[in-house]
Amino acid sequence: MTLKKTPLNALHKEYGARMVDFAGWEMPVHYGSALKEHFAVRERVGIFDVSHMGEIEFIGPGALAMAQKVTSNDVSRLSDGQAQYSAFLYPQGTFIDDIVVYRISDQHIFVCVNAANREKDYQWVKSKKEGRVDILDNSDSYVQLAIQGPKAEAVLQELTDLDLSSIQYYGFTFGNVNGTRCLISRTGYTGENGFEIYIPVEEAPSIWERLFQVGKPFGIMAAGLAARNTLRLEVAYCLYGHEIDETTTPWEAGLGWIVRLGKGEFIGHDSLEKLKEEGKQRKLAGFEMVGRGIARDHYPVIVDGTEVGQVTSGSFAPSLKKSVGLVYLPIQYARIGQPLEVEIRGKRVQAKVVETPFYTR
Amino acid sequence: MKAPDDLLYSKEHEWIQRESDIATIGITEHAQKELGDVVFADLPEVGTTFKVNEAFGSVESVKAVSEVYMPVSGEVVETNESLLDAPEKINDDPYGEGWIIRIRLGNPTDLETLMSSQEYSKYVEEESQG
Repeated sequence: MTLKKTPLNALHKEYGARMVDFAGWEMPVHYGSALKEHFAVRERVGIFDVSHMGEIEFIGPGALAMAQKVTSNDVSRLSDGQAQYSAFLYPQGTFIDDIVVYRISDQHIFVCVNAANREKDYQWVKSKKEGRVDILDNSDSYVQLAIQGPKAEAVLQELTDLDLSSIQYYGFTFGNVNGTRCLISRTGYTGENGFEIYIPVEEAPSIWERLFQVGKPFGIMAAGLAARNTLRLEVAYCLYGHEIDETTTPWEAGLGWIVRLGKGEFIGHDSLEKLKEEGKQRKLAGFEMVGRGIARDHYPVIVDGTEVGQVTSGSFAPSLKKSVGLVYLPIQYARIGQPLEVEIRGKRVQAKVVETPFYTR
Repeated sequence: MKAPDDLLYSKEHEWIQRESDIATIGITEHAQKELGDVVFADLPEVGTTFKVNEAFGSVESVKAVSEVYMPVSGEVVETNESLLDAPEKINDDPYGEGWIIRIRLGNPTDLETLMSSQEYSKYVEEESQG
């Protein structure tokens, strides 16, 4: 299979990227040093090409009702120009995808979805279409850049007349970046302050280069998927295919806050209501290694000699200088301080349940 | 690519430097670059004996685990414990401060199967083209 390429593919290679296959896309995993990229984002500013993410738009008088039906969070609580973290769920209450819903207006809802789920999401939403609404997969029309870190605002401000300080967390607006109209939102996946911008494809390479020019005095670095993963894991953000998938519910994942049972009917509502009454059997917990070793994805997690779960995401956490991970544990083992063992290539190494997020700014 | 002339090299990208019946082992410049930032090194116990091509430890980057193999047989006589706190030495100085273990050679004729600097450079070039 030929890997899909973002419109910035050639630029990444020019910037020294090591490319890997991610969900069928050829993406930069790092540009020389995942650690330096991680710290650039924590301490200064980093820029990520996340154009592999998909964009599905609901347009028409029925857009809001459609979004209410297929997403778990309450879109009616948003004003125009606000976004929310949410999910597409199956009727049984498990994840089709985790998403960000942008309310442009009650007749135009813009949804950012995971690369791996884009086609599945689009087909699902289309199959549930109701009322006067067009559902469009516009993923190929946008380049999405994430500009993240304490200096992200200062860097992006250099390229826009818009007063970025007026954009609240999870707020967004349309404005010119380097003279091109973009959707600019104060969102991200790193635990740092920052922005995500959706750019028309043709203008993206010049905006990427301009961001580097103006970002140079701030120490900007291009950052790849490896840094993106350590940054999000340190703040315990879920990643589809790891913490959440078609077998997990928002209750177990600690994402109850993106479910609004009181908003009225939506797909997954009845199952989630029932599951809530029954109470959860397991929950997503954070752990850190006590002994020496790095817990990696799928490694067995053991309590009293019995395997009780598998690591969903595990890595060395650069900002903590520790190895940390996430794992679904039976609730009786999920309390803070619970001793665990992680089986690292045949060797059992001590670990313990700790509070998440692992890192706070 | 840097591959000093006074070392011998394995197909698994380890280097070995012989000093009488003792030899020092590490991973090559090429190997550390492929691996990326090393954040963890797992070292064997002193006194352990390994066969040729047996894994004696591992080095891990942010993204990957890479086993390290014995280019020759032998008994571990010393490990580079400074790597426990500063595994990045493997990136910064793979042929110097980033050495991993010292061994007593089990069978010095094992060395005859290894590559010279020139042969190794050619091997890496061919591998990256293949």
